[in-house]
Amino acid sequence: MATAATTPQDSASSTPDAIVVRFAGDSGDGMQLTGGQFTLSTALAGNDLATFPDFPAEIRAPQGTLFGVSAFQINFGSRQINTAGDAPDVLVAMNPAALKVNLAALKPGGLIIADTGAFTKRNLDKAHYEANPLEDDSLAKYDVLAFDISEKTIEAVKPFGLGNKDALRSKNMWTLGLALWMFGRSRQPIHDWLKAKFKSKPDIADANIAALDAGHAFGETAELSGPMRQMEMPPVQSEPGLYRTITGAEAVSLGLVAGAQLAELPMFFGGYPITPASAILHHLARLKEYGVTTFQAEDEIAAICAAIGASYAGQLGVTSSSGPGIALKTEAIGLGIMTELPLVIVNSQRGGPSTGLPTKTEQSDLYQAVYGRNGDAPMPVIAARSPSDAFEVAIEACRIATEYMTPVMLLTDGYIANAAEPWKVPNPADFEPFPAQFLTEPRGEQLLPYKRNEKGARPWIKPGTPGMMHRIGGIEKHEETGNIDYSPDNHQRMTDLRKAKIENIAVPDQEVALGDTSGTLAVVGWGSTYGPIHQAVRRSIAKGCSVSHIHVRHIWPMPKNLGELLKGFDHVLVPEMNTGQFKTVLRDQFLVDAQPLTKTSGQPFQIAELEAEIAKYFDGIEGNEGGEVAVNDQQLPNLEAGHDDGSYPDAPYHGDDATPSGKATDSEAVNQ
Amino acid sequence: MNAPVKIETTLKDWETDQEVRWCPGCGDYAILKAVQRTLPQLGADPANTVFISGIGCSSRFPYYIESYGFHTIHGRAPAFATGAKLANPELDIWLVTGDGDGLSIGGNHLMHVLRRNVNMQIMLFNNEIYGLTKGQASPTSREGTKSPSTPIGSYDHPARPAAFALGSGARFIGRGFDVSKHLPDVLKAAHAHKGAAFIEIFQNCIVYNKDVFDDFAAPKGAEDRQLWLENGKPMLFAKDTKGLALNRETLGLEVVDVTGGDWESAGVIVHDVTNRSVAHMLIEMPFGPFPMALGVLYDDPRPTFEDAVTEERERASAGKEANLAKLLGTGQTWTVSGTAQDPV
Repeated sequence: MATAATTPQDSASSTPDAIVVRFAGDSGDGMQLTGGQFTLSTALAGNDLATFPDFPAEIRAPQGTLFGVSAFQINFGSRQINTAGDAPDVLVAMNPAALKVNLAALKPGGLIIADTGAFTKRNLDKAHYEANPLEDDSLAKYDVLAFDISEKTIEAVKPFGLGNKDALRSKNMWTLGLALWMFGRSRQPIHDWLKAKFKSKPDIADANIAALDAGHAFGETAELSGPMRQMEMPPVQSEPGLYRTITGAEAVSLGLVAGAQLAELPMFFGGYPITPASAILHHLARLKEYGVTTFQAEDEIAAICAAIGASYAGQLGVTSSSGPGIALKTEAIGLGIMTELPLVIVNSQRGGPSTGLPTKTEQSDLYQAVYGRNGDAPMPVIAARSPSDAFEVAIEACRIATEYMTPVMLLTDGYIANAAEPWKVPNPADFEPFPAQFLTEPRGEQLLPYKRNEKGARPWIKPGTPGMMHRIGGIEKHEETGNIDYSPDNHQRMTDLRKAKIENIAVPDQEVALGDTSGTLAVVGWGSTYGPIHQAVRRSIAKGCSVSHIHVRHIWPMPKNLGELLKGFDHVLVPEMNTGQFKTVLRDQFLVDAQPLTKTSGQPFQIAELEAEIAKYFDGIEGNEGGEVAVNDQQLPNLEAGHDDGSYPDAPYHGDDATPSGKATDSEAVNQ
Repeated sequence: MNAPVKIETTLKDWETDQEVRWCPGCGDYAILKAVQRTLPQLGADPANTVFISGIGCSSRFPYYIESYGFHTIHGRAPAFATGAKLANPELDIWLVTGDGDGLSIGGNHLMHVLRRNVNMQIMLFNNEIYGLTKGQASPTSREGTKSPSTPIGSYDHPARPAAFALGSGARFIGRGFDVSKHLPDVLKAAHAHKGAAFIEIFQNCIVYNKDVFDDFAAPKGAEDRQLWLENGKPMLFAKDTKGLALNRETLGLEVVDVTGGDWESAGVIVHDVTNRSVAHMLIEMPFGPFPMALGVLYDDPRPTFEDAVTEERERASAGKEANLAKLLGTGQTWTVSGTAQDPV
């Protein structure tokens, strides 16, 4: 997305240069797959895009219920796209519950495509509709296209002799076919994907293809009036090169593999299943030929302890979890800090506290990452801002961990982990290697396992190295020999040395993502708020506001120039998906009057709500009444939501290999 | 793993320059010496030997052995050791834990390292008390143990370390006690076993649980109360005047008298270290009516975890090229060249 586009512009023209479509249905309707395949066809057509999969925490929520609704939103266009879009232009509702949950988000005048075949008395009751909304005037302010997708699907797959129940599982492909027609997309990639996926069951592949083609043909031939029309969406101007779509979980996994290679180390990954972090374990488990060992431990604690044990033995130890799991790992993180061993800890944040909102996104583990340990236990923390950014950030985490002999926490969140965007495939040769150094003989007469180098890092000595036997542990140790030493002066020195080592980590200077380096307002973000902040600041600048976007990757230690940079602005606004955690750190570190803008609904920020907040800082600027779209907290389905049919949005890109977690591995999963 | 090179060392080579900080008279001193005596006999290489421990009195052990050592956090030593062993299967790992560290806070990890069968020697020093925190009842404390946390006597049932290990799937179970001259033999057998070898070592905490094992460990009358097991030998004790036989009615063990050395007609059974059912009976037989079973109770190796992990990695990598540039560009991709866009 941001990296792909070179000619960003605003969407003010009458022909839309971007459009937001939301596919919504029952958990069993295959909406994540539909969205994933539509994403792929959109990427292949050269549009920039961003997606937001939103699914229940239940694997198979009861059919037809409000809490079982699964949605996939995509924003795509012929300009740079930074977010999944505020309000959809098109809502595909596969049943009454999907309509009810998602209607409030739809733009006034937006298009609803609904399957009348699913608007039965029983389904209407489950969605708590007293009357059929397709048949009264409750949808008057929208365009509605309602027809019996169920029946048309059954008809289309009739030649394949499937029963009604099985035939209906292809409904999503019929719908996808219609959507492909609407936006002039090629069906070929989907045909290829279906054939590959059902290699061993050609009948199922053919039935799905028939449904897809029927949906497409319906658009082509049906004499539809009004809103149903084909839309042109020319390709975005992108830098030449090879592109693919990527999710944050994939990007983190690939970045870790790249980081280990740049460090010239085998990687050991200790993990334990937890939403939304498990996808990283699943990806890495398939990359053994890259020198990756994955270990599914008995619990979160064992996962990190095994990773530290592997680092001790000379590999790059990595562990990954989400908030509750990170809490369990905390004592071991302290040992990693005390014994000064490299370790990368990935935290895919979710809503908290406690079990919280497993499938929803939040940025509320920042305090945990920066401060959350017993003792003075400093640790570097870096944050990815988007799915594709997670690749570079993971490499950076590996670099800091090995160069400074320290655990590093990499923050992503549920949104980054699951969302997909186009990614210009980097060349690994463009990254500077940082080969790990092992000490194989004493530097002086005596072996000193804690004597530091110019970076403040102690030597890494692998067990198995002759003549270098020594002991390490969690007890305070002598500043050079590493032997147990409780003496007051020594503990003071060691505390200072550990602190100085982390503070002196070389962090690139903070740049301004958008706008001037000084002015009225700096909007400072970190992590996955990048997209909405960027667009809100862009729109505000276009209106004449003196506002800049600063996005911080290095949360701890922070860039050395950040304090001075912030002092160049009259106001500092910090939007966060928590109650103001980064704001507090900024205030503490730089004594700046950072003001919070917080959101903890489990949903990403909308551009409009940020734009409205920015507007408050600027009087007398024409047209500065806030966002173009009314802020609507119902914007995305916010009912408890799991994995649709269990499929992750990344599933399509693995073709036949895909057996995403929790997913029914039976070959018909695609057309549920 | 390749046959390790045997290294010539002496007991002195395994001593560190660190001052040993256990209480004077602690059973840990005897265990330390037994281990330092055993290592040269194994031909162990200090550079390839790693002692990994958790937290507690026993877990200070690595500081006193001149090899690699990692004093980790409470209860988690098995997880660190598993990671280290997977990272470098050539390492010869000794795990040191106690009854609190291994069976209370770390019970979960102990269970999993045993069921996975990661090749290492696991020494659990059982003193039936929390020593380092000043004497609270531990999960192996006998019912009625009076301690600062149980002033009128503990009322929870003790865990039985060897039974826990067998139930967790351990394929080697040995037992000894701190001052026993046979302890090095048990350690040697554990080291010879490829896989997770569990050794319960009864250890006298002279400050908080003094002489609690004297009922079987005291030198006086020891031969009547200790049954030292040897593979292929009849289960005899009390100077060969008593033995263990199988009671076919109860399907349990019983003590029988042996006269004139004729153990066969007394029905005394021969110890087969691979017999899991008998191992279970030996572990569970109550001390008092029965002697304390010591030595190698069970030894029946099976493939190790680290071998399985290594083989799986090799199998999964076979014929695959580790080309990162190619991997990054995997999946459904497209190229942008100027304005034309071609799916590939």
